[in-house]
Amino acid sequence: MALTKTHYEFKPYNVARWVIWSLFTLVLWVAPMVFSSNLGVTMLSQMGIAMIACLSYNMLLGQGGMLSFGHAVYTGLGAYLAMHALNAASSGAPIPVTLIPLVGGVGGMFFAFLLGYVTTRKSGTTFAMITLGMAELVFAMSLMFSEFFGGEAGVSGNRVVGQAFWGITYGPPLQVYYLTAVYTLVCVALMYAFTRTPLGRILNAVRDNPERVEFIGYNTQHVRYISFIIAGFFAGIAGGLATVNFEIVTAEVVGSARSGAYLLFTFLGGATFFFGPIIGAVLMVLAFVLLSEFTKAWLLYLGLVFLFMVMFAPGGISSLIMMNLRLASFGRLRQIWVAYVGLGLTALLGLAGTAAMIEMIYHLQLNAAMGPELKFAGVTLNALSTGSWFGSAFVMITGFGLFELARRQYVHDWDDTQVFIEKEIKRREAL
Amino acid sequence: MEFFFISMLNGLSYGLLLFMLSSGLTLIFSMMGVLNFAHASFYMIGAYIGYSLNSVLGFWVALFVAPILVGLLGAAFERLCLRRVHKFGHVPELLVTFGLSYIVLEMVQLVWGRTAVEFAPPTALQGPAFTLIQNSLNGLSLVWGAAAPELCTAADAAVRVVCSPFPATRGFMMMVALMMMVGLWLLLKRTRVGLVIQAALTHPEAVEALGHNVPFVFMLVFGVGTGLAGLAGVIGGSTFVTEPAMAATVGSVIFVVVVVGGMGSLAGAFLASVLIGVVQTFAVAFDYSMLMLLQNFGVQASAAMQDNSLLKLTLSQVAPILPYLFLVLILIFRPKGLLGTRET
Repeated sequence: MALTKTHYEFKPYNVARWVIWSLFTLVLWVAPMVFSSNLGVTMLSQMGIAMIACLSYNMLLGQGGMLSFGHAVYTGLGAYLAMHALNAASSGAPIPVTLIPLVGGVGGMFFAFLLGYVTTRKSGTTFAMITLGMAELVFAMSLMFSEFFGGEAGVSGNRVVGQAFWGITYGPPLQVYYLTAVYTLVCVALMYAFTRTPLGRILNAVRDNPERVEFIGYNTQHVRYISFIIAGFFAGIAGGLATVNFEIVTAEVVGSARSGAYLLFTFLGGATFFFGPIIGAVLMVLAFVLLSEFTKAWLLYLGLVFLFMVMFAPGGISSLIMMNLRLASFGRLRQIWVAYVGLGLTALLGLAGTAAMIEMIYHLQLNAAMGPELKFAGVTLNALSTGSWFGSAFVMITGFGLFELARRQYVHDWDDTQVFIEKEIKRREAL
Repeated sequence: MEFFFISMLNGLSYGLLLFMLSSGLTLIFSMMGVLNFAHASFYMIGAYIGYSLNSVLGFWVALFVAPILVGLLGAAFERLCLRRVHKFGHVPELLVTFGLSYIVLEMVQLVWGRTAVEFAPPTALQGPAFTLIQNSLNGLSLVWGAAAPELCTAADAAVRVVCSPFPATRGFMMMVALMMMVGLWLLLKRTRVGLVIQAALTHPEAVEALGHNVPFVFMLVFGVGTGLAGLAGVIGGSTFVTEPAMAATVGSVIFVVVVVGGMGSLAGAFLASVLIGVVQTFAVAFDYSMLMLLQNFGVQASAAMQDNSLLKLTLSQVAPILPYLFLVLILIFRPKGLLGTRET
């Protein structure tokens, strides 16, 4: 029997949503034409993969409140299964390379089904510890079973197998990029759709008030388990894409460092908004590929940035963006942008001083044989001279001192705008 | 027999070291609900500070001063970072300590280098505490300190003599851990401060209403907990190896201990640490595989079976994953942990 509506529902055409998704598609399509170098295309592929991985991670952290320290287990095991499927395809099995990531997805889903039964029995901090234990378990096993994991050397394969379909061989990186882009678009759309399903909604409820969810008749453990399996599926797809992209899988893909990176960058991007992890994924690839080339102390900087983010902006970068969008929508951004410039410049000064000192210590510790001189931001510093140290310390103290002054002004301005917005909202309500 | 004794003692000493770490973690967790992800990092800082003080002031000074310094660092971290995110809930608290573990690892590598440092125990603790001599004629005997070489060699080739020394550092480790345990118990159960701590554990508002400074108590507990980790670091670092990877190797095991023992239960943490320490030590010592077991039962293994990596796996190879397997089994059969009381 067809449902008849008892009342008229006004459904506006959601213009903003169409614009955003079209823009996202356009960016995915055009990006390799802008960054057409080999490094550029490879990095873009990695960003697509990282987006799927971070979004699937955020399905746990942001939407389910499940802090997992072992998400790389599912991307990694998915990658291994995809690699074995690829090698099977090389020896004649009828699996097209285009579907290899799906094999990874099913693999990730299977292991999430298996291990998730134990991990999702608990929530909160206990869940975090159990996922950590699981990650250690899988990593230790990866060095034991060399048939499946390939030992220290890992498993490698060749993605150019089978009949070329419409001339697509996956030989050139650009073709791999477009494969990744299609998967990224579909997966991102599916994961967004998941947040709108009843399951996605009840998962949010399980995060916010598990007791009440139990009272209305849902089994929180079951909700967590199902969501965990779905997250495992998308994680596995990310792993499978990584297999096609790198053509080698080593034990470190299930390691705790990888899991930690997913957590770190998902949080930096922002776990409270759907698009946060996408920003995080872009930052992750930039940090891993570029920042690690640029400085040896990058993990220290990353840790510090993370610590300050947790302390002062627990919503990540996306929440900062949204807060300022709110300001802009009330037309108050122009009142505060001077304060932003001030904050930015003084922070840059302070950080430059700090970074110079950190770089000098690293230089002394690691490259002492190359002499005490090092290049930092176009300036030659001597790690053994007091002048360089005093200069750096002076820059740092001045920078942070001015930053504190700018911050006070900023807080003052910010509070003004918030008061204004509150009043404005009340005024509009009264209309 | 002497193998059993020595392995048992080694296992116990390792378990007690785990307890030194997990007791601080449990204390902090049960008080503040904060899971200190950086607990093993404080252990590592303790080892490195101990190493630096050892070369300047000697081991015994380091043993007292390093834990105090680590405790002060922990208290400062609680005051400056943790208290700020307390209002956001437990997950951000965990994340702050997670970020700290990254920073500590990098800082340690920055200050002390990326390779292991030479942190030797003092001369008084070098060499064996006692030696067990298994003589096939005279049976088992015990000699304090190192056994004279003539006791360990038999003139007659038919007499089998085995000397098993037990390192003094491990004995010292057990002693300190037991003293710490008694001290902690007395502090919590027999002093006024302990009463306040226990009360703040369950009824923070009521304790605050009675005029006690609960945030200060939290800072104190965090400082003491990390200080205990620092103490374990000085002892563990001098007994085992002091390197930047030492936090990662012990870190995940102590989390397993805390879950297996039951979240927030000190007695459970003790039981689980000793259990895991003993089981792991014994597993490392046994080089048996499934294949050997089958062959002992007279099963003729085919060539394919002999090449099977699952059957070839020896118990000593499996040892690193035993704690985690244990964790999985506990979660399936007794989700609240060995002596835990909380269900979730």
